[in-house]
Amino acid sequence: MDIRLNQLTMQFEEMTAVDRMTTTINNGELVSLLGPSGCGKSTTLMLLSGLYKPTSGEIFFGDKNVTRLDAEKRKIGMVFQNYALYPHLSVLKNIMFPLRMQKVPKKEARERAIEMAALVRIDHLLKRKPAQLSGGQQQRVAIARALVKKPKLLLLDEPLSNLDARLRLEMREEIRRIQQEVGITAVFVTHDQEEALSISDRVMLMNAGSIQQDSTPQQMYKKPVNEFVASFLGNPPINLMTVERMEARQYKLENSAQMVLLPERLNHERVRVGVRPEDLYLTDKDSGLLSGKVLHIETIGRDTMIRLKIGNTSVRALVDPKHQLQTGDICTLGADRDNIHYFDCDTGERVNVEKEAQGDADTADVEEYA
Amino acid sequence: MPTQPTWKNTLKACLYLLPALVILITFNLYPIMKSFFISLYTDYDFFNDVVYEYGFGNFAKLFQDPNFSKAMLNTIIFVIGVVPSSIVLSLAIALLLNTKIKMMGFFRTIYFLPFVTSVVAVAIVWGWIFHSDYGLINYFLSWFGIDPVKWITDPVFAMPALIILSIWKGLGFNIIIFLAGLQNIDKQYYLAAKVDGASAWNRFKSVTLPLLSPTMFFISIISIINGFKVFDEIFALFNGRPGPANSTLTVVYYVYQKFYEEWQFGLASAAAFVLFLVVFLFTVVQLIIGKRFVHYH
Ligand SMILES: Nc1ncnc2c1ncn2[C@@H]1O[C@H](COP(=O)(O)OP(=O)(O)OP(=O)(O)O)[C@@H](O)[C@H]1O
Ligand SMILES: [Mg+2]
Repeated sequence: MDIRLNQLTMQFEEMTAVDRMTTTINNGELVSLLGPSGCGKSTTLMLLSGLYKPTSGEIFFGDKNVTRLDAEKRKIGMVFQNYALYPHLSVLKNIMFPLRMQKVPKKEARERAIEMAALVRIDHLLKRKPAQLSGGQQQRVAIARALVKKPKLLLLDEPLSNLDARLRLEMREEIRRIQQEVGITAVFVTHDQEEALSISDRVMLMNAGSIQQDSTPQQMYKKPVNEFVASFLGNPPINLMTVERMEARQYKLENSAQMVLLPERLNHERVRVGVRPEDLYLTDKDSGLLSGKVLHIETIGRDTMIRLKIGNTSVRALVDPKHQLQTGDICTLGADRDNIHYFDCDTGERVNVEKEAQGDADTADVEEYA
Repeated sequence: MPTQPTWKNTLKACLYLLPALVILITFNLYPIMKSFFISLYTDYDFFNDVVYEYGFGNFAKLFQDPNFSKAMLNTIIFVIGVVPSSIVLSLAIALLLNTKIKMMGFFRTIYFLPFVTSVVAVAIVWGWIFHSDYGLINYFLSWFGIDPVKWITDPVFAMPALIILSIWKGLGFNIIIFLAGLQNIDKQYYLAAKVDGASAWNRFKSVTLPLLSPTMFFISIISIINGFKVFDEIFALFNGRPGPANSTLTVVYYVYQKFYEEWQFGLASAAAFVLFLVVFLFTVVQLIIGKRFVHYH
C-alpha cells in the first residue's frame, strides 16, 4: 500500500507545524523523517496516524482517501516515543490489546501475540508488567503491540531516544530486521542523522514544517539541495563560506583578502561554497582550493582534525594523520570538484554546476535532481 | 538515604512523631478504648461515677432492641443508596469536566461548594426544596403530572430525601478527587489505545477505569465510612428528629439518642463500638478486594 500526502498542512493557532507537504511513501519502504526539534516530525506522524486531523490537504492509503478517518479505524501500528505501554497490563495482555479491540477470539489473540513476541524476542517476558522491563525490552513490546494486528503502516516516533548509545545501535538494526522480515511500510521519526542515514531506504529532511529534501541517504549527503540540508547533515559540520569573483575562477573570501581558486567557472558573482571536512585533503600550493594557518589540531579516532584560519573564518578538515603538522604551519587544502557544493547566496538553493558550466545563465538556480 | 536503626535515631523519630501521636491518642485512641470500657458497665452510678458491675449485658440489650436493628438496617440502606450512585455520578461529572471546557475553574468551584457549606445551611435549603407545598422538586414533578410528595413528613420518602441530599453533598469532594486522578493519567495511553482501535467506551473501560482504580478505591472507602457515620444531615433536615416514625434512624443517631436523650451511656457506647467493628470489617474486606483490582503505578 503506497501512502500519498497531498499538500498536507497542519496549523495550531498561528503556528504552522506542517506546511503543504506532498510526498509518496512506497509500499515496503522504510522512510525516515529527520529534522531539528520542533520542525513538525511528530505532527506529521500524528497526521498519518489520524490522531490529528489536518487543517488542509489530503492523505491517501493506496487509493483510499483517509484524511477524515479516525485513528481507531486506520489500522496502523504506532510506537510512541515513551512507548505508552499500558502499565496495568502484562506484556502478553499489552500485545493482545489491539487484537481484543478487533474482537479476535481470545485463544487466537493469545497465539498471535505469542508469535509476535517471539519475533521481537521477548517471549520469555510475557508475564511481566511494563515497569519490570528495561528500556530496550519495553521498546520491543511496543513494536510487538504495534505489529500484532498486521497493520499496513508502522509509525515510529523517536523510538530509540530513551536508550543508551550501544542499545540504540543494536535496536535500530533490530527495527530494520523486523521491518524487512514483515515487509511493512514504515515511517521512522528521528532527530539523529546517523540513525536516519543508516537504517532508511529514503530520508525526508524537514525544516519549519516543510520537506527540504526527499531522497536516498547517500544522495542527500552527496548532493544536498540547499544550504540547510548541507549544514544539517554531517559531523563535524560542513564548512561554508561566501566568496566573490575577482576574475575567471579566481574568487576571494568575502570581507578578507584571502583568495580561493574554484575548479569551476560559475555565472555567480557571489556564491556560497560548501566543503565537508572529510572531503578536504592536504595538497601543494598550485592545485589547492584555499590555504591558511593551522590554529588547532586534534585527533579523533583514526583521523586528525585540523582547524585552519582562512581570512576571518575557520575551516575544519579531517586529514591523514601521517602528515606531520604543527600549529602555526601554513598549509593548502584541496577538494575534488564533485565534493564542492555551491549555494545561491540569497535563496540558499544548490547551484547546478554542470548547467552553469555550459554558460546557461537562465537556469542557474534550478535545483538538481540527479 | 537509608541509615541503620539506632537508639539515637529511633528516639529522634519518636520525637518527630510525638505531636501527632499526642493528638491521635487523646482524641481518637483514648475515646475508642474508653467507649469500649464504658460499654462494659452493666451497672453504673452516673452521679458518683461508680461502676457496680462489668459485663456484656449492654451488648445483649442492644441486640434485643428493635430500634437498634432498625437503625442498623437504615444505615445499611443509606450506605447502599448513597455510595454507588454518588461514585457513578461524580465520576461522570469529573469525566465531563476533564474534557477541555471553558470556565473549568468556575465549574470546579460550583461543584465544590456543597462540600464547604455548613450542613445546617444546606439542610435548611434542602428543607425548602423538599417542601411538599412550595418545594422545587414537587414543582418539577408536577410537570410530569406527579402528585406532591411529602418528602420530609412521609416515612416512606424520608430516607430517599436524605439519600438525595447526601449524594448532592458528597459530590463536590468526590469530583475534585476524581479530577485529580483523571489528570494523573498520561494522555499517551489514550493515543495508544486509539491507534490500537479502542472505541471511546473501550478506552474508558480499559484505560481510564484501571488507571483510576487507586482513586476509586480511596473514594469508596472514604464514602462508605462517611456513610456509616451519617448524623448531622438527619438532625438538620428533620429538625432534630430521626425522621418521621424513626424512618431515618441510623446507628449514630441511635447512639446520640441513648447518650444525650436517655443517658444510657453503656448502651450508647456498646452501639458505637458495634458500629466501629462494622466499619472496620467493611474496610478490611475492601482492602482485601482492593489488593486484587487496584493497580498502583
Ligand atoms: N498540540 C499542539 N498545540 C500547539 N502547537 C503544537 C502542538 N503540537 C506541536 N506544536 C508545535 O508545532 C511544532 C512542531 O511540533 P512537533 O512536535 O511536530 O515537532 P518535532 O519535529 O516532533 O520536534 P521534536 O524533535 O522536539 O519532537 C512545534 O513548534 C510545536 O510547538
Ligand atoms: Mg517529536
